[in-house]
Amino acid sequence: MSPTAAMLLPMAEDESHFPPDPSLFWQPLVKFGTVDLFGSEMTLAITRPMVILALTVGLLSWWLVATTRKAAIVPSKGQAGTEAVYNFVRNGIARDMIGSRDFLPFVPFLFTMFVLILFNNWMGIIPPVQMPTMGRIGFPIALTLLVYVVYHWIGVKKHGAIGYFKFMLPSGLPGWIKPAILALEMLTFFVTRPLTLALRLFGNMFAGHLLLVVFIIGGWELFLQGGLLSVVSLPAWIMAFAMTVFEALVQFLQAYVFVLLAASYIGGALVDEH
Amino acid sequence: MTGDITLLGYGLAAIGPAIGVGLIFAAYINGVARQPEAQKILQPIAILGFALAEALAIFALVLFFIRL
Repeated sequence: MSPTAAMLLPMAEDESHFPPDPSLFWQPLVKFGTVDLFGSEMTLAITRPMVILALTVGLLSWWLVATTRKAAIVPSKGQAGTEAVYNFVRNGIARDMIGSRDFLPFVPFLFTMFVLILFNNWMGIIPPVQMPTMGRIGFPIALTLLVYVVYHWIGVKKHGAIGYFKFMLPSGLPGWIKPAILALEMLTFFVTRPLTLALRLFGNMFAGHLLLVVFIIGGWELFLQGGLLSVVSLPAWIMAFAMTVFEALVQFLQAYVFVLLAASYIGGALVDEH
Repeated sequence: MTGDITLLGYGLAAIGPAIGVGLIFAAYINGVARQPEAQKILQPIAILGFALAEALAIFALVLFFIRL
């Protein structure tokens, strides 16, 4: 196998991955040694998900530039496809969640997020790669950090630093309950929202990948047993096929949900005073 | 028999979100069946509710792996 192919393909010649465990996702390609960070030893490395992410960014840039460079009023086939995806994010997500008054500045951000997450999720089932980038918690955290900064930034910009906290508090509450509600709202704004946003994407990709590994590698292990167990591998692989189709749906849905929630947080920070 | 009892714990923890997601989509299907033109309005709401209910199951999954 050529070294470039080895960077993308699953590690087929390694020991069996059955039963799968979280170490499945740690696939370093080039190691640079270890550093001591917050008391725990961490390995600096270029990993397979990083290479996949770079690859998807390159492919997405090529796709977008190639289909929109000669943009015309009567679109070509490629341009029409790109516009369909763009319209889905612009009208279906951004305009619905943020409102038609000030959704336009956020459309590029949301569109980039959507295509990047969608393509990276689908890398989990596209044959030569078959590894969801977002199955490593660092990638969803980085994306969530962007959303986190954006919605707090525009919230503070619109309401002012003190007004932002005032805005979290619904009006017309009795005075004695205000501190408790403010504490709850701050927990939602600063902890629960980013935590669930990152963990939802991560958890779905992580669990989905493990599920596919169970059926595909499990079927292979059964096949190797010989005799009656080899026959059982057939239903296992049929199940693997069904699960792959199901995963394609889940992966699309998670990209959609991530961007939908990001848009709703942005829209929530932009609404006028209660 | 050997194994990990937390696996059962996760299975039990997933029941709640499962029922929640089921109820959300049941209500969504009901709404669309009664008023098909409302589908465009109901869909983001249904998906949003589904995502929030599902987050509980995801929390449990992560907690299961943190414990390891």
